[in-house]
Amino acid sequence: MKETKYKLTLCDGTACIQNQSKVLHQALEAELDKHGLRQSVSIHLSGCLGICQKGPVLIVNPGYIMYGRVQVEDIPEIVESHLVRNKAVTRLIITEDHLYNRFFRIFGDVDFFGKQMRICLRNCGVIDPENIDDYLSLRGYEALAKALESMTPEEVIAEVKKSGLRGRGGAGFPTGLKWEFTAKQTADDKYVICNADEGDPGAFMDRSAIEGDPHTVLEGMIIAGYAIGAKKGIIYIRAEYPLAIERLEKAIAAAREHGILGANVLGSDFSFDIEIRLGAGAFVCGEETALIHSIEGHRGMPRPRPPYPSVKGLFGKPTLINNVETWASIPVILLDGGKWFSTVGTETSKGTKVFALAGKVHNTGLVEVPMGTTLREIIYDIGGGIPNGKTFKAVQTGGPSGGCLPAKYLDTQIDYESLAKAGSIMGSGGMIVIDEDSCMVGLAKFFIEFTQDESCGKCTPCREGTKRMYEILTRITEGKGQPGDIEKLERLGEMIKRSSLCGLGQSAPNPVLSTIKNFREEYEEHIHSKKCRAGQCAAMLSYTVNVKCVGCGACKRICPVGAVEGTRKEKHLILQDKCIRCGQCYEVCKFDAITKA
Amino acid sequence: MTELAQDKMAVLHEFIAEAAAKEYAESYLIAVLHKAQELFGYLPRQVMDEVAEALQIPTAHIWGVATFYHYFNLEPIGKHVISVCMGTACYVKGATKILDVLKKELGVQIGQTTEDRLFTLQEARCLGACGIAPVIMIDDKIYGELDAKKTVEVINQIRKAEGDGQK
Ligand SMILES: Cc1cc2nc3c(=O)[nH]c(=O)nc-3n(C[C@H](O)[C@H](O)[C@H](O)COP(=O)(O)O)c2cc1C
Ligand code: SF4
Ligand code: SF4
Ligand code: SF4
Ligand code: FES
Ligand code: FES
Repeated sequence: MKETKYKLTLCDGTACIQNQSKVLHQALEAELDKHGLRQSVSIHLSGCLGICQKGPVLIVNPGYIMYGRVQVEDIPEIVESHLVRNKAVTRLIITEDHLYNRFFRIFGDVDFFGKQMRICLRNCGVIDPENIDDYLSLRGYEALAKALESMTPEEVIAEVKKSGLRGRGGAGFPTGLKWEFTAKQTADDKYVICNADEGDPGAFMDRSAIEGDPHTVLEGMIIAGYAIGAKKGIIYIRAEYPLAIERLEKAIAAAREHGILGANVLGSDFSFDIEIRLGAGAFVCGEETALIHSIEGHRGMPRPRPPYPSVKGLFGKPTLINNVETWASIPVILLDGGKWFSTVGTETSKGTKVFALAGKVHNTGLVEVPMGTTLREIIYDIGGGIPNGKTFKAVQTGGPSGGCLPAKYLDTQIDYESLAKAGSIMGSGGMIVIDEDSCMVGLAKFFIEFTQDESCGKCTPCREGTKRMYEILTRITEGKGQPGDIEKLERLGEMIKRSSLCGLGQSAPNPVLSTIKNFREEYEEHIHSKKCRAGQCAAMLSYTVNVKCVGCGACKRICPVGAVEGTRKEKHLILQDKCIRCGQCYEVCKFDAITKA
Repeated sequence: MTELAQDKMAVLHEFIAEAAAKEYAESYLIAVLHKAQELFGYLPRQVMDEVAEALQIPTAHIWGVATFYHYFNLEPIGKHVISVCMGTACYVKGATKILDVLKKELGVQIGQTTEDRLFTLQEARCLGACGIAPVIMIDDKIYGELDAKKTVEVINQIRKAEGDGQK
């Protein structure tokens, strides 16, 4: 990196962009010009730093001073006070946050403070993702150079095996073994694929990892190409991620310029290149055989395995598929050693896992923790607990393939086996915290609606079975549930799991079955007492004005659909056929004059 | 075809020619459809026929692929696309209400376009802004921490800007 006095990191993630980080960037540049500081201060853009609520975020190094909710008007003060006079602007510093400022404070130091530990996201928020020099300066592509110069392909695979790394895309298959299988195949062509389809509807780890540090993924893939004897890599990424795609394109172009991609990588006799292919909005395409069909230009339908892609994959050739996070771990494993990596984590699950923590927690965003960290530590220590004095009800992991765990499982350790034993799965990293205001039947219906919509339709149990489950759940949430519905859901769920062809169908019933297991009483209340304790099922809910009404008109003003009638100082009336039960009138009324029933 | 459409078609043909020169040319079908949608905003029937011709792939196969993937629009879309995030975090924070109020306000269902062709209502999965859930995206801009009232205000602002623009 250039000789600079200060390094500024400005978050350029989705949430911060919406909060005007672009405008801040321009204002910063203008202000630096004004003070003649352009040479001594560098500005870096980072991917999401994981504290979006406090965005836009600006970090000043050295010192690791983090400013939050920065407004354009604050820029002159920050520049003049902090960068000119070396006096930080205390009123803007974020201090109470647990999520980020407890770990590495030294620019570029991969070490951990507090409960987080960043391996995959080590460079996110630290480097400028659009600048290959930044990556190079933090030992970027050193692992690749090491592999090419001093290791045989077999030694590379041995190192990955030694690390104990398991696939981060959901299934947790040992990565080293998969590499070995693919390496053993003899074929004229082999492929390396990065699965960046990120299907979980409530997660964005892979996207942020790529947006924050695209080169790491490339480096992991090139190393694998060398190890298994492939010349070609493909990144399959969702079309819905334009920024991530753009950064990958830039990273690939820069790597080609530096001789890191293309013929004779880093001067060796190994050649490798990477191409980007876009997904088109089909969840099932995250499944590896469907993904291969999609790259081939077909409908993304899964096929039975075996043969596994390692034997017969893309264009019929041996193919190695790994998830973004899996790829991002590879350079660290080669540099710091598989043995070191295997010291992090638990007996069966090594290294770290990134979670997209969201829902009803104070600090939402991306967190990376060593395997073995408990759910409680993530939700309460890192996440800061449940806001607004509400009570914790459940945590959902694994998205539409996973389950909901109630409070008694909060001390479960994060690893593949422990989460499965508790009745959920590790999944790809979605972690949604749910409080008393959410209806568990509604949540189950939300997930089954998603999977039945995304079912490719190839096999009947998945296609028709999930539809039946959705119908039953719909009638329960509409107050028309019948005795025996719970048992029907259980039977259907077990049948779908047993008889579906691919992982989508095999896991689709999980959110329903796990909520029945842990929150059966909520299902029973809906069916027998026509009651939703969370007050979420609209059909069992109505808002009416009671005698306490003084006719202040607040409800009429806030109602988004004009469902309130009434003249000032007189009792108001809610038109039930217009009302969409959004509850805003209920919240705004200061006189307790609206009854929610 | 209008002149503009012909220009766009020419760009598409160029893209197809590039793809056709590559190994496993048929595998670029989805990339071609992406390009077509980028140019035309949706996948018009006529364009599909030309793609079939140029790539030497049966039209039926192309339609099979285009209908399989949610990302492709088979109908023209409105001037502004509203994507309501129905990802898990947004759902938990009340996205359904946002969707309901939008349906009511615009008088359309998911996937439909308003009669004045101003808005198309769509569902999206996690937009990567769960921290400010519930969120919607209108064209490229994200609006977060919404409630029903704020959502209507956003729509009205755009309507107003459009109305002013026309005057
Ligand atoms: C329905 C379904 C969706 C999937 N979606 C993804 C995904 O979005 N990203 C991913 O990496 N793996 C996904 N997988 C898992 C892949 O099939 C595959 O196991 C994984 O990409 C292998 O990489 P890994 O070993 O590094 O995890 C999905 C599997 C199923 C059954
Ligand atoms: S289980 Fe569902 S998604 Fe998978 S192949 Fe069968 S129908 Fe398709
Ligand atoms: S806000 Fe309450 S008191 Fe005021 S008019 Fe509405 S119901 Fe009556
Ligand atoms: S619940 Fe919402 S829609 Fe119904 S009257 Fe109150 S504010 Fe209006
Ligand atoms: S987008 Fe800036 S912290 Fe998440
Ligand atoms: S779930 Fe809506 S932005 Fe993530």
